[in-house]
Amino acid sequence: MNARDFGQLSLFIAGLLAVTPPLGRFMARVFAGERHFLSRILGPIERSIYKLSDVDPRHEMSWKAYAIAMLIFNIAGGAVLLAMELTQQWLPFNPQHLPNVPFALAFNTAISFMTNTNWQAYSGENTMSYFTQMAGLAVHNFVSAATGMAVAVALARGLVRKQASGIGNFWADLTRCTLYVLLPLSILITVLLAQQGVVQTFDSYPTATTLEGASQQIPLGPVASQIAIKQLGTNGGGFLGQNSAHPFENPTPLTNFIEMFVIFSLGSALVYMFGVMARDRRQGWAIWVAMFVLFLAGFATLWWAELQPNPALGLTTSSLEGKEVRFGQFNSALFATVTTDASCGAVNMMHDSLSPLGGLIPLTNMKLGEVIFGGVGAGFYGMLMYVLLTVFIAGLMVGRTPEYLGKKIEAREVTWAVIAVLAPAVVILCGSAFTMMYPAALKSLNNGGPHGLSEVVYAFASAAANNGSAFAGINANTDWYNYLLAINMFVGRFAIIVPVLAIAGSLAQKKTSPPSSGTFPTNGPVFTVLLISVVLIVGALTFFPVLSLGPVVEHFLMQAGRTF
Amino acid sequence: MKTILQSLRIYLILTLLTGILYPLAMTGVAQLLFPKQANGSRIVENGKLIGSDLLVQKFESPRYFWPRPSSADYATVPSGASNKGPTSADLKKSIDERRAKIGSAAPVDLLTASGSGLDPHISPEATRLQISRVAAARNLSVQQIAKIVDQAIEAPQLGFLGEPRVNVLKLNLALDQLR
Repeated sequence: MNARDFGQLSLFIAGLLAVTPPLGRFMARVFAGERHFLSRILGPIERSIYKLSDVDPRHEMSWKAYAIAMLIFNIAGGAVLLAMELTQQWLPFNPQHLPNVPFALAFNTAISFMTNTNWQAYSGENTMSYFTQMAGLAVHNFVSAATGMAVAVALARGLVRKQASGIGNFWADLTRCTLYVLLPLSILITVLLAQQGVVQTFDSYPTATTLEGASQQIPLGPVASQIAIKQLGTNGGGFLGQNSAHPFENPTPLTNFIEMFVIFSLGSALVYMFGVMARDRRQGWAIWVAMFVLFLAGFATLWWAELQPNPALGLTTSSLEGKEVRFGQFNSALFATVTTDASCGAVNMMHDSLSPLGGLIPLTNMKLGEVIFGGVGAGFYGMLMYVLLTVFIAGLMVGRTPEYLGKKIEAREVTWAVIAVLAPAVVILCGSAFTMMYPAALKSLNNGGPHGLSEVVYAFASAAANNGSAFAGINANTDWYNYLLAINMFVGRFAIIVPVLAIAGSLAQKKTSPPSSGTFPTNGPVFTVLLISVVLIVGALTFFPVLSLGPVVEHFLMQAGRTF
Repeated sequence: MKTILQSLRIYLILTLLTGILYPLAMTGVAQLLFPKQANGSRIVENGKLIGSDLLVQKFESPRYFWPRPSSADYATVPSGASNKGPTSADLKKSIDERRAKIGSAAPVDLLTASGSGLDPHISPEATRLQISRVAAARNLSVQQIAKIVDQAIEAPQLGFLGEPRVNVLKLNLALDQLR
């Protein structure tokens, strides 16, 4: 590690530590409906939203009512987005006169943006009109992020409330998150990105005459405003096909730093917010440290792997295939780690061209359920499922009823938690297995040998984990992948959210018992170590066979100089 | 039924707020504060658009510095990468061909294609390697070209972010202005 890399990593970590507590405290106030410094300016807008949509923000919802409101809102929004894609040639803001999107692709994209995945089987610059991008896709970037955070807050309420029947109001959580957290931060980020060179205009694409006399079309659009929320809301869907590798989405090392940093900021602050709500900050820090350790371990492995030479390609230095010179090895490796720790899926390099063990890390991060800071909201509630499993296992080891924050964790909660942890694994493995047995689907592959298997598994892991990045050589714009991956995205999102809300509802009703000498403390280092172990063991047991057939075999074949 | 109506209403209001007002307002702000960047950092000479600071162009003439390879042949709508993996025979073949063309001393950024397909930069090493070729093609001294190259090297941003690099299009523009 040279001094510059050390400086960049230190700034990243120090910045994360600096913003986490104030942002976490602020969000605790926002979601409690308390007054804060934005209330005076934006409060009237909040109240008129409730009035216009006939909503009472003080009405406490049961977990079922909360889940139904969340599901109907998401499906209704997804339907509007689908309709918009299917009719974009007749809608405004389409200076390139792009045609309507074909149904299978439109359906896949609607599910993808509704579920915070942002899997893209298309390139934006020649598929989606400016209107579809900003009034369809970017809106879902906001509301899917707000949905995730609302569910995380509902779960936190379930854990800290005593003998309560409600877990909050979905409409209020959704509105407050969008208005007070996502929108103001997006405005700030947009201005920073635009200053550095990210484009923001409604003009059509001008044509330049190059120095050697060829003509070059310059793609444009309202990019900066969309990239801000794409990163902040851990959505990841690029305005342009090459995502954050494209110089118009990520022109400088500074924009690259900002884009990486904001991926983690809300996920990290939510864990702190949980500590505030539990009235014991150490409960939050115990989980935060587990996430941080997993992040550092993943980054160190990926970066090391990228610095190795590649005998199969005849390279005596590390490869820059799919990477950009301005970012280099360090910033490519850090971005790839961060974007798959969180369920962002934005990329500043092409993951398909990562070294075998380098590519193993994003795959593993997604398969663990993206609980390392994670998607906004999704990282917190995903990790909480592992927390419940951890206290359950700890309880079994010492022969006591497991408790978390003084609440008894019983068969019902553990059953729901196991469903939430296993549902994505089932669809990843089944989807990959079906695809490997269907010869027509294998024509989509861009690489042979074990790397071809990795391309398929990456696609299904990315969809089920709601990540959206890809081993992008695979041609996913076929009916098989469009529909199958849409199912994966839907299951990976809602087969976790519904169990999480059920657990929240069940825990909210319970009494709390004061800690006794036999209580296993969940706010200390022993718990953190146990939590990390459970995450790794569950992930390893589920996915070890397929990972060894893909990246691990490829690593040894690369060392032996084999190509396919 | 009530929930469906509430959903649609709140969705439409949030669309107006985050999907219409927000991008329009941000476009206004960006156009006002940073008109050059917001419109694609365009380079205009004598009223003619010749490109963007941020997007590389295809250069094949020996009179110009060459950029990194582009798997989509420098197309912009859309651009693209190879997405070839670390054990790809196709990638090995491409790398061997590039090495044969540029020479065995070619640094890795000239041997491998970029992620965007439009990477505007090459490394300082990749630039220096090409000085003698460009000088010969232009009938200029190596020292004259080396001086321009030295001026074109961009340091890491704020001293420590990112990598040192050279913008190929800007460098070639500077060369053309030498006459």
